[in-house]
Amino acid sequence: MATLNSKIPEGDISQKWTNYKAHQRLVNPANKRKLDVIVVGTGLAGASASASLAEMGFNVKAFCYQDSPRRAHSIAAQGGINAAKNYQNDGDSVYRLFYDTIKGGDYRAREANVHRLAEVSNSIIDQCVAQGVPFAREYGGLLDNRSFGGAQVSRTFYARGQTGQQLLLGAYSALMRQVNKKKVTLFTRHEMLNLVMVDGKARGIIARDMVTGKLTRHFAHAVVIASGGYGNAFFLSTNAMGSNGSAAWQIYKKGAYFANPAYVQIHPTCIPVHGSFQSKLTLMSESLRNDGRIWVPRKKEDAEAIRAGKLKPTQLAEEDRDYYLERRYPAFGNLVPRDVASRAAKERCDAGYGVGSGLAVYLDFADAINRLGKDVVEARYGNLFQMYEKIVDDNPYETPMMIYPAIHYTMGGIWVDYELMTTIPGLYAIGEANFSDHGANRLGASALMQGLADGYFVLPYTIQNYLSDEILTPRMTTKEKEFEEAENEITGKIDKLMNINGKMSVDSFHKKFGLQLWDFVGMARNKEGLEKALASFKELKESFWKDIKIPGKKDELNPELEKAGRVADFIEIGELMAKDALMREESCGGHFREEHQTEEGEAKRNDKDFMFVGAWEYKGEGQEPALHKEVLEYENIQVAQRNYKK
Amino acid sequence: MDLTLKIWRQENAKAKGKFETYKVKDISPDSSFLEMLDVLNQQLIEDNVAVPVCFDHDCREGICGMCGLYINGRPHGPDTAVTTCQLHMRKFNDGDTIVIEPWRAKPFPIIKDLVVDRSAFDKIIEAGGYVSVNTGGIPDANAIPIPKKDADISMDAAACIGCGACVASCKNASAMLFVAAKVSQFAHLPQGKVEAKDRVKNMIAKMDELGFGNCTNTGACEAECPKEISLTHIAKLNREFFAAKIL
Ligand SMILES: Cc1cc2nc3c(=O)[nH]c(=O)nc-3n(C[C@H](O)[C@H](O)[C@H](O)COP(=O)(O)OP(=O)(O)OC[C@H]3O[C@@H](n4cnc5c(N)ncnc54)[C@H](O)[C@@H]3O)c2cc1C
Ligand code: SF4
Ligand code: FES
Repeated sequence: MATLNSKIPEGDISQKWTNYKAHQRLVNPANKRKLDVIVVGTGLAGASASASLAEMGFNVKAFCYQDSPRRAHSIAAQGGINAAKNYQNDGDSVYRLFYDTIKGGDYRAREANVHRLAEVSNSIIDQCVAQGVPFAREYGGLLDNRSFGGAQVSRTFYARGQTGQQLLLGAYSALMRQVNKKKVTLFTRHEMLNLVMVDGKARGIIARDMVTGKLTRHFAHAVVIASGGYGNAFFLSTNAMGSNGSAAWQIYKKGAYFANPAYVQIHPTCIPVHGSFQSKLTLMSESLRNDGRIWVPRKKEDAEAIRAGKLKPTQLAEEDRDYYLERRYPAFGNLVPRDVASRAAKERCDAGYGVGSGLAVYLDFADAINRLGKDVVEARYGNLFQMYEKIVDDNPYETPMMIYPAIHYTMGGIWVDYELMTTIPGLYAIGEANFSDHGANRLGASALMQGLADGYFVLPYTIQNYLSDEILTPRMTTKEKEFEEAENEITGKIDKLMNINGKMSVDSFHKKFGLQLWDFVGMARNKEGLEKALASFKELKESFWKDIKIPGKKDELNPELEKAGRVADFIEIGELMAKDALMREESCGGHFREEHQTEEGEAKRNDKDFMFVGAWEYKGEGQEPALHKEVLEYENIQVAQRNYKK
Repeated sequence: MDLTLKIWRQENAKAKGKFETYKVKDISPDSSFLEMLDVLNQQLIEDNVAVPVCFDHDCREGICGMCGLYINGRPHGPDTAVTTCQLHMRKFNDGDTIVIEPWRAKPFPIIKDLVVDRSAFDKIIEAGGYVSVNTGGIPDANAIPIPKKDADISMDAAACIGCGACVASCKNASAMLFVAAKVSQFAHLPQGKVEAKDRVKNMIAKMDELGFGNCTNTGACEAECPKEISLTHIAKLNREFFAAKIL
């Protein structure tokens, strides 16, 4: 049975990664050619890992469900990527980035991993510039930075409002260069549906060719999951429509532990929900909080008048506005971390001060425009303003934007050790798919950093420590019984789905489930709600397998079938989220239990009992999963209550 | 809004396609075009009328380049500088008939209904759309200052999302704007200079080989490009191309 050994190297925190690299086992060039690696996902994590492994000489098979690797969800990241370059000479350092990330994560992340992340952050920027990523620059020709929430330095690199796009295109181009060299084989429009294990080790996957519906078998000496987060469980989120938790869920069911599923991030600045037909929520980058000020009316009657359309926000005098973040958190103001900003918005709206539908607050640029001029604001945020205007049909240069928190990111994910290996030998998880680095809350611009750190600079080294033992393992034909069984399992599942023959579309079902997940396992949780959710999800799961309808055939392009498979998994993931949230009797980061708050409504951690990573082990259908604890030890940072007030 | 939709239906690559007519009711003007299609599909499924209409999409925020429909004779529809997923129904009128087709271009064969195969774009990038650096051992990012003006033009070009609207709008099915965007991004940066000649030659050769047509400067691509990639990048590409051939 798998045990939780996080394999943290010995030595001083600043030397651990250096020491590790100096002593790990490597694979020599002649042997690399004999080794195959499957990488599921071509987002920042997957594309950078595939390219780097191929450059080193391994044979890579890269999978994505889109028609091109360039379209992975990472493409949508707007605001930026952090690094400890200290180009602005404002006192940044590897230690400070490490410290901010641990603190931002509310002391629920593993020190050694986070320090390594901060260490390699600078190389990422160098790498991307060398690839031709057109980061924003100052007039002198050097790189520009902006600041993001949870930091008092400017360490965020950006490419207009399209940082994720530019970083992903950089990684994609590196990947395509290896495709050209025949070191990477691409499988686009292929969805991984099962993991193949032989003698306890990961040896391949079963994927469905989404165009023909054919199930295909793929062997590798090691498998890397880079499939992103499970935020779409909520139906409405800022994730791409196809983002899913299924690859992670399949490996969970094969024995990989799932850590901290309850830690989801609610992003404070998204365009509010406006109708039941809505299919997704659009993020307005956190970078807007650099210059935008968040407020609601100070008086309830003004808020009511605004909601009724009788009053315009621009008509409200300065003293009638409540800049509640600046009021509550003078030191960080509008730049408090996301969890804090989101809860503060919910608090104001729940108290009756919301605008729009009642579930919205203002993000106002009037001051910035006065101070900097419209041109500067346009240069910084032009494309975001345009996006807002296209969606809402309102001009943010003239009236304040309306925003509300929405599901955005999942800190929880597959448990991995220091080497990014899961509890299954030979199986790795990188990027948003794993749980590492962000603790209970992720700071803005740190997901891109983590995805690329894992893919370019960490996994390509650590995986060799495992592969060096595999050089004598011959390639399998995929006719072996383990491949056969893994495929049969999926054929069975697909047939079962196709034969449900109910009346409800998968989307209608998902909306219903997502709403409950949002209500009970969303921004604020309590025991009663979570227990209710658990009972309800059980019923919903039964209903799913009776009531949904998938038209068309299984052996053709069939988006309804694809969605059904993902939603079936989302229900189960939701269940585990609720269990985890119920188990964690404290508030920390994105996990807010109403029973555990201070008198001022701030999150109250319980370090004595809950300073651990909760990793869940699957015990079989209908069985309770088992909880394993990885106790967190802080040797280099003094654990404190997070304070963004002073 | 109540609308009549004429949609291209084609079961698979080999089947013969045809237009089918559907009606949708009570569409919110605030919904996006794809949300309107979601409503249609929901209706087709729950009323047991037909198999839902297949169309490509993912991010639904205009950045992944996955969506792309030919709407009333225009790629990405009547609005300017938006992708199909960012097109909102307020751009149409109650009672309108809307004709929806896939991209039509030989190098983009239809897979099903409104879904086409754009892997030809990946093949063009594979032929040279990169700077040949491996991971690691790279000098400091600020070692080479790059004039802001150049970085900005490079970024303008790099904004291409690879959607294929330029090809769909072009009577020659030329991929020139797409190729130019990549070539120009690198041509404005010192990092891209080293391999500039090979890059432009290889990418153009691949484009020709894949069956994309020639550019005859009609400019339809620029007008329909959701990211407003400018024709000046094609001019830059031509300069790079001739320089590569002469020297
Ligand atoms: C709107 C938005 C803005 C953001 N802005 C920022 C920002 O400014 N800064 C920041 O640091 N972070 C930001 N984030 C977060 C960040 O973008 C993501 O966390 C990160 O990009 C995830 O990268 P990834 O490589 O782990 O996964 P993804 O990019 O999600 O890629 C997942 C890949 O896995 C593939 N895949 C999934 N399932 C399967 C399967 N079963 N079979 C085959 N393939 C599969 C997909 O095809 C895809 O290629 C933002 C997120 C959103 C939603
Ligand atoms: S150039 Fe414009 S139209 Fe052509 S693929 Fe790029 S973004 Fe799309
Ligand atoms: S769905 Fe991504 S650009 Fe339209």
